[in-house]
Amino acid sequence: MSRHVVTFTVNGVAQRVEVEARSTLADTLRESCGLTGTHLGCEHGVCGACTVLVNDIPTRACLMFAVQADGAAIRTVEGLAAPDGTLNALQQAFQDHHGLQCGFCTPGFLMLSTWLLERDEVLSEATLREALASNICRCTGYQGIVEAVRSAARKAGRWAE
Amino acid sequence: MKPAAFDYHAPRTVEEAVALLATHGEEARILAGGQSLVPTMAFRMARPGVLVDINRIPDLAFLRAEDGILRIGALTRHAAFEKPVAPGPVGALLARVARHIAHAPIRQRGTFCGSLAHADPASEWCATTLALSGTLMVAGPDGQRAVAAEDWFQGVFTTAIAPGEMLAEVRLPLLGPDWRCGFAEFARRAGDFALAMAVVALRLDAGRVAEARIALGGIGGRPELAPDAAAALIGQLPRDAAQSSAERAAAGCDPQDDIHAPADYRRDLVRVMVRRAIEDAIAA
Ligand SMILES: Cc1cc2nc3c(=O)[nH]c(=O)nc-3n(C[C@H](O)[C@H](O)[C@H](O)COP(=O)(O)OP(=O)(O)OC[C@H]3O[C@@H](n4cnc5c(N)ncnc54)[C@H](O)[C@@H]3O)c2cc1C
Ligand code: FES
Ligand code: FES
Repeated sequence: MSRHVVTFTVNGVAQRVEVEARSTLADTLRESCGLTGTHLGCEHGVCGACTVLVNDIPTRACLMFAVQADGAAIRTVEGLAAPDGTLNALQQAFQDHHGLQCGFCTPGFLMLSTWLLERDEVLSEATLREALASNICRCTGYQGIVEAVRSAARKAGRWAE
Repeated sequence: MKPAAFDYHAPRTVEEAVALLATHGEEARILAGGQSLVPTMAFRMARPGVLVDINRIPDLAFLRAEDGILRIGALTRHAAFEKPVAPGPVGALLARVARHIAHAPIRQRGTFCGSLAHADPASEWCATTLALSGTLMVAGPDGQRAVAAEDWFQGVFTTAIAPGEMLAEVRLPLLGPDWRCGFAEFARRAGDFALAMAVVALRLDAGRVAEARIALGGIGGRPELAPDAAAALIGQLPRDAAQSSAERAAAGCDPQDDIHAPADYRRDLVRVMVRRAIEDAIAA
């Protein structure tokens, strides 16, 4: 059982953690970095609750070991709002369009959608729905989530009418 | 659940990776995209004592067309194929297939070669590599050897790879403009593993089929060719012969019952998927 010292940045802040090889990135963020915004639903890749951005790529943090993230730049839901707590445009859209109820799935949907809005591609109804099918929500029935990302994409000039 | 404890190595070269496999024997497993291995470790269905992570081997990160061959290195992710990687029927086929594999974040990490090494019966890349007569380049202590796709798949999650070897590259022929390639699959929800799929490659001569290969996936323990269904197309206009080819594929396959679908239902799906794949090839 090997242990490793791993360094990476999370939301721009340098972190140095000592982990067992088997610690997933999700568990490491939660337990070693104290960042519990990244949620774990299924722990085997099907629900998307644990989605974070690793070097700007959406990643299921339950399917990556922390030791593999050595040197990476990681972004989590904690990095979205302004330091004073003001929600960013995407988070605000989730609130405005009832994109969450219990909130368990929300960090995953927010990080996945952050990536969708940062790519060089415009979103359409079909591509948005296909992309959001990656993650599971047990509460909202998804319509509010689709509306929230569609509205944020429109405002950001990334929506194909 | 959480994976059991293991030792982790991140070699920088293929030689180092192969040496680690030799040292640790049966205990060791290659870690590529982790999108199949880590879930099985979380379920404790796999408990490798040593993981050899190949993600830091720069020599495996390549994808290039060379002399009519598409060379896919072991670190090429599924997402790399979402836009055509080469002009012609094969690049276009791979792009249409890629979007059926899992979901965007999984496609960003999972690798083409990892799918071939894992050999899930419902893997899109496995059926595609079989239909295109790909070649798998396996690295071992004595260098590389080539394995034809037809010899690769031996059973559920079982391939021709030997202990101590790793898959370094898959080569696909970039078929010329007289070829048409098509794909169809049926899955319950976007991103789910398919209940049945078909991949076809047809060479046309004056509109008629001169050569044909049809591969089926998702129905049995491994992807398989449907030679009778392919033979039914030879000399015919593909549109006219699509239905009889599809009937032969359904009659000739041996689908399995499982919790997802009874065998009869899968046989019906095979018929429809083969017809749709042929139609997709003509339309492309
Ligand atoms: C929710 C979900 C849905 C999915 N849906 C689909 C789907 O619809 N279709 C589909 O095809 N796949 C699907 N997958 C699986 C995904 O495509 C995997 O990426 C793929 O099966 C394995 O590739 P990997 O690079 O992730 O391999 P890993 O998970 O790293 O490895 C898988 C196995 O192959 C071995 N291995 C990997 N690379 C090599 C190599 N180069 N040499 C020797 N051995 C190697 C490993 O030791 C391990 O045994 C899904 C996965 C998830 C989590
Ligand atoms: S917890 Fe990672 S995908 Fe469900
Ligand atoms: S808001 Fe409860 S799971 Fe999505």
